[in-house]
Amino acid sequence: MNVISPTWFDIGPIEKIPSRGARLVKTPRRDIAVFRTASDEIFALENRCPHRGGPLSEGIVHGRKVACPLHNWIIDLENGEATGADGGCARRFDVKVEKGRIFLDMAQAVIP
Amino acid sequence: MERSMSQQQGSREKPKLVVIGNGMAAGRVLEELFERGSDVFDVTVFGAEPRTNYNRIMLSPVLAGEKTYQEIVIHDEAWYRKRGVTLRKGEKVIAIDRDAKTISTASGRVETYDKLLIATGSTPIAIPVHGVTLPGVVTFRDLDDVDAMLRAAEKGGPAVVVGGGLLGLEAAAGLKAKGMEVTVIHLMPTLMERQLDPSAGYLLKKAIEQRGVKVLTSANTKAILGERRVTGVLLDDGREIPADMVVMAVGIRPNARLAKPTGLAVERGIKVDDRMRTSDPDVYAVGECVEHRGLCYGLVAPLFEMAKVVAAQLHGETDTVYTGSVTSTKLKVSGIDLFSAGDFSEGDDSDEIVLRDPSRGIYKRIVLKDDRVKGAVLYGETEDGPWLFDLLKKETNISAMRDTLIFGQVYQGGAPLDPMAAVAALPDDAEICGCNGVCKGTIVSAITKNGLSSIDEVRAQTKASASCGQCTSKVEALIAIKLGVAYQASKRKPMCKCSDLTHEEVRALIVSRGLDSMPAVMQELGWKTSCGCPACRPALNYYLICAFPLEYKDDAQSRFINERVHANIQNDGTFSVVPRMWGGLTTPNELRAIADVADRFKIPTVKVTGGQRIDLLGVKKGDLPAVWAHLNAAGLVSGHAYAKGLRTVKTCVGKEWCRFGTQDSTGLGVKLERLLCGSWTPAKVKLAVSGCPRNCAEATVKDIGVVCVDSGYDIHVAGAAGLHVRATDLLGHVETEEETLEHVAAIMQLYREEAAYLDRLYKWIEKVGLERVRNVIMHDHEARKALVERFLVSQRAMRKDPWAERAAGFGANEFMPLAVVASIEAPVDLAVAAE
Ligand code: SRM
Ligand SMILES: Cc1cc2nc3c(=O)[nH]c(=O)nc-3n(C[C@H](O)[C@H](O)[C@H](O)COP(=O)(O)OP(=O)(O)OC[C@H]3O[C@@H](n4cnc5c(N)ncnc54)[C@H](O)[C@@H]3O)c2cc1C
Ligand code: SF4
Ligand code: FES
Repeated sequence: MNVISPTWFDIGPIEKIPSRGARLVKTPRRDIAVFRTASDEIFALENRCPHRGGPLSEGIVHGRKVACPLHNWIIDLENGEATGADGGCARRFDVKVEKGRIFLDMAQAVIP
Repeated sequence: MERSMSQQQGSREKPKLVVIGNGMAAGRVLEELFERGSDVFDVTVFGAEPRTNYNRIMLSPVLAGEKTYQEIVIHDEAWYRKRGVTLRKGEKVIAIDRDAKTISTASGRVETYDKLLIATGSTPIAIPVHGVTLPGVVTFRDLDDVDAMLRAAEKGGPAVVVGGGLLGLEAAAGLKAKGMEVTVIHLMPTLMERQLDPSAGYLLKKAIEQRGVKVLTSANTKAILGERRVTGVLLDDGREIPADMVVMAVGIRPNARLAKPTGLAVERGIKVDDRMRTSDPDVYAVGECVEHRGLCYGLVAPLFEMAKVVAAQLHGETDTVYTGSVTSTKLKVSGIDLFSAGDFSEGDDSDEIVLRDPSRGIYKRIVLKDDRVKGAVLYGETEDGPWLFDLLKKETNISAMRDTLIFGQVYQGGAPLDPMAAVAALPDDAEICGCNGVCKGTIVSAITKNGLSSIDEVRAQTKASASCGQCTSKVEALIAIKLGVAYQASKRKPMCKCSDLTHEEVRALIVSRGLDSMPAVMQELGWKTSCGCPACRPALNYYLICAFPLEYKDDAQSRFINERVHANIQNDGTFSVVPRMWGGLTTPNELRAIADVADRFKIPTVKVTGGQRIDLLGVKKGDLPAVWAHLNAAGLVSGHAYAKGLRTVKTCVGKEWCRFGTQDSTGLGVKLERLLCGSWTPAKVKLAVSGCPRNCAEATVKDIGVVCVDSGYDIHVAGAAGLHVRATDLLGHVETEEETLEHVAAIMQLYREEAAYLDRLYKWIEKVGLERVRNVIMHDHEARKALVERFLVSQRAMRKDPWAERAAGFGANEFMPLAVVASIEAPVDLAVAAE
């Protein structure tokens, strides 16, 4: 019932993330990986692989997925789910792009 | 209510509508208004251009000489007269006074309005470089620009178009058709990157180049050259391109020049609501000058939709609103068929359908989401564009036709054949291999007559499937049909699910066909995905680096993290740093520097590796550039412990100290390491040099090992001591250090040029045979020398310290977080949520 109104934080221009790459946003609660796909879609996931905590921001981004750099689990950027036979989920966060700048919903990001 | 307000003006019979700008949007609003039988307004139109309304998008065919101006006029003088519209051609409005409700023009005329419509379109952007104001620099927006270009084109000569978007390419094609030598300079790696994905962009570039237009991508204009007139363009990288004319086509900016000073809300464009009203309810805006829901448009379809709404609103139908547009693009260069629509954001393989026909230069890609078409790019065959666009706009559920969607509208309805039956059903003259023009009959008779039983045999005899490999599965089906149960599907292992070709085939085709970019490889070799996967992208990146060391631009995003940041990632997300210790040698100064760095950056673990050097473990990513800078200062460079490249050259003490030593094994190890370091290879490469057959450097379990003997040097290859333990094979014997260096460099290059990505050297030799390698390296002197030459060319481009580059700031973004949010004030309702 308690609807949390989003608190959008401007985290920078989209060009600061390489195409098919990711960068990190550090918040007091957690590190969040912000991904940019080949055609400039932006996604945000907690920077922890559901397998053994690998830093997803360092993985190879392909399509709307990222390959974890530690043991190559493939994580869906849209919902954070591990694909294929692997089970587990990295937490996802709302992001939006306006006029070339990326906004992250910090109200979600601070929830434990 | 609005109407009563305007009637307060009183004296005139009809309220006055003033339109600023007489372009495509204004023209369409008037049409829509009069179609509604509207006689409500007394209309005056001001147009800065000295002519009536014409079809701006047809300026390209006018430039190319395919149409005349008369053919593209939309409304002639009589049209305005008939509708009682006062048209003021060539009169530019210079100000709006919203309090007085008047506008004034450059010629001093002041006109009152009840309703005002701003339709001033947009203005071309001129990039802020030196020389943009020189005579000879033109834009491409109106008929005057076209006339200027045509006049210049009469003299022939070179022209440069800055900008490889829709406008730029149409200008380039037009000028080429008029006989100029045209070069297009484009900032991004692929053309029309906003409308096309890299694969379609690659095909477009090829087609434009085939028309004789030069295309320079990833090229940044630094200045426009010339004293009194333009004479050329200077690029960032120092290249100068001569030009008698420069067309600026880098983009457009909504023309809100009149709106701003009068206090209307303006951001990128003039802000309008869903009723197309600006922040002043008596002022409407339409066309490219507006910003609606945060978007500005640069195509006509949205303007037409907006125009309908403006006309309806002016006519009093206040419920008709505009909610935004989905756009599609076609390029009007004759002979180039290209269509793109919607959002073709990189789909992943599960929600994209890709079809490539390399022999006919066709690429089609449909991006789906939740069983609906979200976007499409079609190149080479675009008949289905409107159909797909319709599916997209209507959000039709396509799950029933998903399998055949890519084949187009005509294929819908019939039951799909299974692939085997489909091939069996083909007539004998059906072409199977488009690249080599081999038809089914030829393949079938080769199989039966010559008793062929494998894909390789069919390739060798008929050439079918020998070029792009797209038809491999069809050829295999034919063999299976002919041989029945006797046929075992070939043991060929495709590179990954994106392709039917093996690594070796892809490598060979990259070289033989000169495919020098990732989009080129993917298109010409029929990749089944739009942009690859984590398995093929690093491999292709390596193959391209190896084939085109001087031209290819490394794609960092196609590299595994270790190679991207030049350090090994550890289980906790920190990194390890391993400086090179040439041949296992170090000095007190180097050791001090390592100790200092470890202290200063609080590096938790310092370990001696199995490769005769020191590993600093647990370095934070953000510290890497500073750690490297400190190590660099002491003369230490990257040890490439992370690379598919040269790792270590282990040595023993050798002749200098050891009582059994026969040669200077340490010195040779250092020379080898200096010669080979920095080269990228299919998998990691480790060497060792032992001073005598006691072999203390374990040279006989290395990729390449040298064992010194009294008479010279034994060169060993193909050892391993990791997952598999394998002793080396002796390749041959040489007498001098120089020969050793030459032979080893040649082995490296042969391995670099032939092996499949991730195959260690021993795996490659198992595949190609030791004898063959021995013949090339030990016996074919010319081949060996050529290999060394190619290796050195590549090394000249690659052998640099990646740490120094990054310590100096290269790719600095990689090592810093995008943002750090220090503390957050919790939103009030958050406390509630936490309960
Ligand atoms: C640091 C080191 C262990 C040590 O503390 O001594 C080491 C550490 C790693 N080795 Fe190793 N190997 C190290 C010497 C070796 C050796 C011995 C040697 O080089 O003489 C071998 C056997 C020789 C060989 O390669 O044939 C060795 C065979 C492997 C293998 C198996 C390779 C294979 O093809 O069979 C792997 C796995 C792989 O590469 O896929 C591996 C992979 C790794 C990785 C890269 C694992 C990984 O992917 O993260 C480790 C990186 C840790 C790091 O960040 O530094 N390491 N590794 C040694 C670094 C040597 C150096 O100075 O560069
Ligand atoms: C060469 C070319 C090819 C194109 N091809 C395509 C295509 O294939 N498909 C597509 O969808 N779109 C295409 N476009 C884009 C399309 O032409 C525009 O989207 C469309 O013309 C915009 O209409 P508009 O009325 O907003 O602006 P415009 O058509 O530019 O009209 C604005 C008019 O306002 C006048 N004006 C400006 N300021 C004032 C002032 N202060 N006082 C009086 N008058 C003023 C200008 O002189 C101009 O005539 C192309 C454009 C060009 C230039
Ligand atoms: S053997 Fe190599 S890969 Fe295995 S744990 Fe040790 S360092 Fe890591
Ligand atoms: S931690 Fe991500 S795959 Fe193991």
